[in-house]
Amino acid sequence: MTEMTYLQAISDGLREEMRRDESVFCLGEDIGAFGGAFKVTDGFIDEFGADRVLDAPLAENMIIGASIGAAIEGQKPVAEMQFADFISCGFDQLVNVAGKLHYRQGVSVPMVVRLPSGGGFSGGPFHSQNPEAWFMQSPGLKVVAPATADDAKGLLVSAIRDPNPVCYLEHKGLYRHVKGEVPEGEHTVPLGEARVAREGGELSVIAYGSSVPLALQAADQLDEDIEVIDLRTLNPLDTDAILASVEKTGKVLIAHEATRSCGVGAEVASLISERAFESLDAPVRRLTAPDVPIPFSPPLEHAVLPQIDDMKEACRELIAY
Amino acid sequence: MKLDAASPSRSPERAGTDALTREDRALLLRYMLLMRLSEERGLTLYKQGKVPGSFYDGRGQEAICVGAAFTLAPQDRMCILHRDLGAHFVRGVTPDRYLANYMGREGGVTGGKDGNMHFGDRQLGCVGMVSMLPDMAQVAAGMALSFKMRSQPRVAMTFFGEGSTANGQWHEAMNFAGVHRLPVVFVLENNQFAYSTPTDLEFAVDPVQRAKSYGFPGVSVDGNDVEAVFEVARVATDRAREGDGPTLIECHTMRMHGHGAHDDMSYVPDEVLEEWSHRDPIELYARRLAEEHGFGSGEIDEIRESVVAYVDECAERAVASPMPDPAVATDGVFAESWEPLGEGEAPWSRWSAAEAQGESDANGHHAANGHPASNGQQSSLVEHGRAA
Repeated sequence: MTEMTYLQAISDGLREEMRRDESVFCLGEDIGAFGGAFKVTDGFIDEFGADRVLDAPLAENMIIGASIGAAIEGQKPVAEMQFADFISCGFDQLVNVAGKLHYRQGVSVPMVVRLPSGGGFSGGPFHSQNPEAWFMQSPGLKVVAPATADDAKGLLVSAIRDPNPVCYLEHKGLYRHVKGEVPEGEHTVPLGEARVAREGGELSVIAYGSSVPLALQAADQLDEDIEVIDLRTLNPLDTDAILASVEKTGKVLIAHEATRSCGVGAEVASLISERAFESLDAPVRRLTAPDVPIPFSPPLEHAVLPQIDDMKEACRELIAY
Repeated sequence: MKLDAASPSRSPERAGTDALTREDRALLLRYMLLMRLSEERGLTLYKQGKVPGSFYDGRGQEAICVGAAFTLAPQDRMCILHRDLGAHFVRGVTPDRYLANYMGREGGVTGGKDGNMHFGDRQLGCVGMVSMLPDMAQVAAGMALSFKMRSQPRVAMTFFGEGSTANGQWHEAMNFAGVHRLPVVFVLENNQFAYSTPTDLEFAVDPVQRAKSYGFPGVSVDGNDVEAVFEVARVATDRAREGDGPTLIECHTMRMHGHGAHDDMSYVPDEVLEEWSHRDPIELYARRLAEEHGFGSGEIDEIRESVVAYVDECAERAVASPMPDPAVATDGVFAESWEPLGEGEAPWSRWSAAEAQGESDANGHHAANGHPASNGQQSSLVEHGRAA
């Protein structure tokens, strides 16, 4: 085990997989000599060469489209959107071609789209979004969102090995703020399995990505018997893990940084009402961003993104219910 | 509006080619006829109410897909569009599977998961189109990228209409293919209309002229002359295979039917259709076979009759195919494993000759990989034609 940041863990996972499997290659904007906007592929071009660390023109549909074609032929592309927001420019290829090819024609498309997501640094409306619900609305795409360094590596490696298109959401706020022990060498975390990040019996906080450390921090500060479930994969959802926790605690707060309506929280809440209604001791609640673009100015952004005090208050209210 | 594609300056490749044998030429005619007659049968099925949705054909454009696809080797790849049924047939799809696909039957290429021309048989090295155009140009470029990365002498070919050249994804594909000199052949079918929109409302500059700005050749050809299309496609696929990069081939033609069967084409002047009706690619080629290649009228009639009989037989099979089990509607969203595409049929004599001689220089390692139909799907028209 080595201690590394979430960012280093992504890099490590990608590098290990490229060393292990020659068919893995990266493409994206400024990922070569520059090493990527966030330096995930720093030094990769020296180790793997320009053919496997392919600087792409500013053409997101082409980045996704080229990945699809190469994936069909057995390469394993890891495409980088410079910011998750820019997947809107590559959305057509992703949802209409990549997501539907296996269903329509039995053609598997083993590719990963890395999506640096999330706000908290005055990135404004086009560099701060959490677009995961877009992908969940589109059949044929798997969606993962790690919260720890260990999972950042293990989920990326599993995503690369998966025979389907996988949207890999890496939260920018976690890049350098989250550190942890990460297994060296080969390390995988299976897609579709949630993790109990903190055991508890009184309240379940179901979270992913940046909301996981926020929930853990709140639970520690409140010193209450709170369970934190880290979903890790958003599609397919680990329904067993969600239901098991609800049955145990009877109270649920679902937390995510993405906007509220028709988001992951809405889906999880609906699942709970359908499958675990009789276990509930309180209404299911959500802590999310409101349905607004992420504003630029720090006080405005602070007002929109869920904060530690919001998390603590929501937990307190549910425990007291 | 420029509708005079017959202008000689637009048909620089009218000259014949030495690359085709007599049998190849008979096959070109057969494939065009097979497309024409299969589409006519499909239209009848549509009128009989057996086709859900609408019906789309490529009447008048048969020479383009047949001539271009005929150049490909078994391990080459295609993304075929909705006016290019003949390319599916060249690669080995049979008309029963095409007609069944239109009717949403279990025996269709997609088993009812998708309709009309939205199919590609993965076992025959094809990836089917989506409705968003020209998305497949990027997918073809991606396949070509993988060939280049592995130094394989293989080619990806795709089609799009002139309407697609107005879309930003077209630019992205051309630019990327040019930057990386990818082994991809882009076949542009300029059939004068994007649904109802004429070319003068689609672009200010003929798209073939843009090829130069992407760093590769653009060639215009008479899209109603199957050998002319074959010849420019042959040069383009050879260039690609040799590592010299992409080619844009603009085929001038006319869409002789509406966008779909629901479209009465009232926006096209009658005289335009009248003019183009004298340039029917199948009739022109039949005449040329008789006049220049010594085909007797009996021989050409025999080809026609054998195709008629074959389409009849295929249509019967298609109509007999059951509707899919509703239980499969939720199957197959995700793959359990990656599987390679299969090889397409490659009926051009060059490939069988290469195989017979054990050559591996022209089309790479696949020359030694067995017959083009070695994927288990018996060659359809070729076998049928030879048997007839």
